[in-house]
Amino acid sequence: MSHTYVHALYNDDDRLKEGATKVRGLGYSIKEVFSPFPVHGIDKIMGLNRTRISICCFIYGCTGFSLALWMISYMSVYDWPIDIGGKPNFTIYHNLPSWIPILFESTVLCSAHGMAITFLLRSWLLPGVSPKNPDPRTTDDHFLMVMPAYSEGDITKLTAAAKETGAVEIKTVHA
Amino acid sequence: MNYYTFSSKAKTTTYVLMGLGLIAIVFGLLNGDISSTRFWANFLLEGAFFTFISLGAIFFMSLQYVAMAGWSVVVKRVYEAVGRFLPFGLITIFLVLIVSVIRSKTSNDIVYHWMHKGTDPLYDELVAKKSMWMNIPFVLFRTVIVGGIWVYMANVMRKRSIEMDLTNDYLPLHYKNLMTSAFYIIFFGITEQFMAWDWIMAIDANWHSTLFGWYIFDDMWLTGVIVTVLFTIYLRRKGLLKNVNANHMHNLGLWMFALSILWGYLWFFQFMFYWYTNIPDEVVYFQARIDHYRCIFWIMFCVNLLLPLIVLMTRDTKRNDKYLVIIGSILLITHWLDAYIWIMPGSIGVEWHIGFYEIGLALGFIGFFTYVVLSSLAKVPIEVKNHPYLEESVHHHN
Repeated sequence: MSHTYVHALYNDDDRLKEGATKVRGLGYSIKEVFSPFPVHGIDKIMGLNRTRISICCFIYGCTGFSLALWMISYMSVYDWPIDIGGKPNFTIYHNLPSWIPILFESTVLCSAHGMAITFLLRSWLLPGVSPKNPDPRTTDDHFLMVMPAYSEGDITKLTAAAKETGAVEIKTVHA
Repeated sequence: MNYYTFSSKAKTTTYVLMGLGLIAIVFGLLNGDISSTRFWANFLLEGAFFTFISLGAIFFMSLQYVAMAGWSVVVKRVYEAVGRFLPFGLITIFLVLIVSVIRSKTSNDIVYHWMHKGTDPLYDELVAKKSMWMNIPFVLFRTVIVGGIWVYMANVMRKRSIEMDLTNDYLPLHYKNLMTSAFYIIFFGITEQFMAWDWIMAIDANWHSTLFGWYIFDDMWLTGVIVTVLFTIYLRRKGLLKNVNANHMHNLGLWMFALSILWGYLWFFQFMFYWYTNIPDEVVYFQARIDHYRCIFWIMFCVNLLLPLIVLMTRDTKRNDKYLVIIGSILLITHWLDAYIWIMPGSIGVEWHIGFYEIGLALGFIGFFTYVVLSSLAKVPIEVKNHPYLEESVHHHN
């Protein structure tokens, strides 16, 4: 199934935000905005949901904590209790103070790496992946807004809205 | 211009609390069961606890200047006012020092036991070896000079900050405050360590720790932020501070969360290294607390670390005033308990009680502190008018 998109290119981030507000106000959705730097507040205008990466972080942290607790309690309580400086070593509870740094490090390691990997996978920013960016100028000084259009009327309305808000270039793309 | 008016209802409440404090003092003086050490150790506890709140707020203020932080401008007046209790708290601590010095000539029934024959090597060799630093004139001198400079610098910064609202040419004043803050942070970072040793660590005179100053520092910072949060919420309930919204409360809640974690980190690493190395003259510190103050010790640790860790982790609780008030109040009580076991094991020993005297004096100081803060809030317009980052602060969101 083929889709039609209207690409509106802006050279100013305030114009871009105006355009995005206008398009959203008309009841259309915005598929993507390409920009050379983070545009403050554009996510709210586009109607994006809040990131769920912090929930991922919590889950990875719990995983790291449990893995480390399992590993170290197996190693130094069940498999071979090691006598270090005469410290009591037959239960998890007695050993716990000396394990806290390890548990902490493992929690941080798993949550940080897990988050980074999740982000890269979710946004498909991996080595060898071809860029999705439709216009190289958006890596320099231009901002591109991609809006899906479902009929000729949509194209006309979106083009007009983009033109009104000062887009420097408007294209209709079939993909 | 929006002014906070110190209503007669709020005034009456603080007067009642201060009256309770006075009754507690009279009760403490007349009751034969309350020893002189217990009487003055509680004064030191309240003095130190509320001085540390003010010092934390003043440090927080300088930090906002030096970091050129924009978001905090709309609550600037609140943490400036919280810092106003500093001279009164310092006087309370100084009073305890002076009483200990006077009584040390004849009695060992004092808060700072090292002052009693402390420099005599036949009496206590470990304390005698420290006498180059820990001797009565030098300790009093440090307290007066360092405390004086803190009060002076804090007053200068607040005065300029108020002047900024009265003139259109406010940028030079802002940069002057920025410079003063930078010097204050350096000076405070060093001298706060000395004062933590002199006022708190010296109570356990045979024990010493290089981490203790940082631990006290984090406690100051945290309690200062919590009290700022409580007063901000109080003022917002009164319909003031219209520019403060959930985004600013979120940032203050983040500070509460982060500093609680830092507190747990510092506390735990002190504990873990002592537990691990098991050196007698270090372990004695925790032994005294775990053996005789077990209940306070574990409750204090668990609540101070786990409560903010669990409850303040999500975004929604930090943006909700109710959560912040409940968590903040509980944390203030448990940090008061923490301060209780800084001071009591070394001064009054194992025979501790939290009775009418302790609670009454604490309530009295709460009333006194609230009175000082609210009356300084009422003196200046509560909304900041001129500040280079005001716009940024008003539109802050996260």
